[in-house]
Amino acid sequence: MRRLSWGWMPAIQWGFGLVLVLFLAIPVVSLFFSVTPRKFFAAFAEPIVQDALWLSLRTSCIAILLVVLFGTPLAHRLATGASFPGRSALEALLQVPWVTPPAVAGLALLMAFGHNGLVGRHLADWGISLPFSTAAVVVAQAFEGSAFFVQTARQAFSGVDRGLAEVSRTLGAGPWRTWLGLEIPMALPGLLTGAAMAWSRALGEFGATMLFAGNLQGVTQTMPLAIYTVLEQDVGAAVSLAIVLMVFGFGLLWALSRLRQRAVGPG
Amino acid sequence: MQRGLFFDIQVPLPAFRLAVRAEVSPGVTAVVGPSGSGKTTLLRALAGLTVPADGIIQLNGRVLFSAKEGIHLPPERRRVGYVPQQYALFPRLRVIDNVMYGLKARGVPRRERRRRAMAMLERMGIAHLADRRPAQLSGGEAQRVALARALVVEPDVLLLDEPLSALDPETRRQLRSFLRTVLADAGCPVVCVTHDREDVATLADAVLVLKQGRVVAAGSPKDVMEKA
Repeated sequence: MRRLSWGWMPAIQWGFGLVLVLFLAIPVVSLFFSVTPRKFFAAFAEPIVQDALWLSLRTSCIAILLVVLFGTPLAHRLATGASFPGRSALEALLQVPWVTPPAVAGLALLMAFGHNGLVGRHLADWGISLPFSTAAVVVAQAFEGSAFFVQTARQAFSGVDRGLAEVSRTLGAGPWRTWLGLEIPMALPGLLTGAAMAWSRALGEFGATMLFAGNLQGVTQTMPLAIYTVLEQDVGAAVSLAIVLMVFGFGLLWALSRLRQRAVGPG
Repeated sequence: MQRGLFFDIQVPLPAFRLAVRAEVSPGVTAVVGPSGSGKTTLLRALAGLTVPADGIIQLNGRVLFSAKEGIHLPPERRRVGYVPQQYALFPRLRVIDNVMYGLKARGVPRRERRRRAMAMLERMGIAHLADRRPAQLSGGEAQRVALARALVVEPDVLLLDEPLSALDPETRRQLRSFLRTVLADAGCPVVCVTHDREDVATLADAVLVLKQGRVVAAGSPKDVMEKA
């Protein structure tokens, strides 16, 4: 059986598409070609690189834990709860990190939690100072990552058939038991996807961290900030850090697609 | 009035107001009526999944719902068995774990859980399916698992929503006679929503006919179906 001919169309479409593919691929490949393996590994002996790696790992993990802890219950409420006045306003608010540039987010955080900020003023009375501390990095990352997680988690909970939760209740499982034992396990692939997306966003956070937390080595200088800082003196170190971030990002993507295949497969 | 189910409830629906009063005695009570007459809403209200605007529900002398007294027992405390139209088997759990779910929620010890679940599967003639997943079951098998899951916790009333409608005619015939035996010794009153006259003739001891949210006829299947 011959396939219907589309003439030149596929070739021309591929031609245009290829320009975009190369546009994305060339920078990725270039990164890997800009450093020798020896230089790549040597970079990790440098304190500034080590500090940035360790700081990024710590802060992003804490940020994600916080986002998951506070975002999961909210996502479940929004997915399954009754409607209420102001619901659409709340949903718009939850997308603020999506539509505001990170620099704006950083400035907003400063206005809220800075020394003279709306909340920061009162925190200062308790001897708590957020800006330019490691905690501020976590705050900036959580702020930027939260929208990704809540949106995805909400979709995941919406995807769980309400009938299952209802039957669970009639079988004697209370609301908590039904949520923790039935709905969360069923929504787990979506929850993990959301957490991974939020995590990669948190790791890549630059603008908000720069404005709200500053750029102090070992304290607030995360990997993206370290790349920016060392670029002028040590391209090799900057590229090495960039490669780590990129490999990590692809690793997450790969793990997620594996996860989704398993979720739709039997079991 | 101690044993059995009594309800007198009102539930506002988009098109009309469901207002039903009835006493369900032991045996099978079929609730029939055209689609959209409020049958499923009635069942959900009895299960505690929908809150009536007004009225009272009593089961074996226990008050499940009373608008006047502000009582609304949540589904998990009503001791009702509820089988929705699409069965709602837990897709990730094996058949045996589906059946043990309610026993686990009620704190029945592990070995006892398993023993009772297996006994129930045997009673339903599906012990050989214990390790299957719901996706690997036929419609008739899934229905039996759903029944086993609802009955194993020994509910005070069994609520069935169109138990046979999702099946092909042949399976439906087989399962109908099976259902007749199971419901006969279910040990609790059964409320069965259906729109199939054959179901009523075979299964029901009493019939409640709903139309636009009202009871328009009630009585023995013979009386009611002759009039209709």
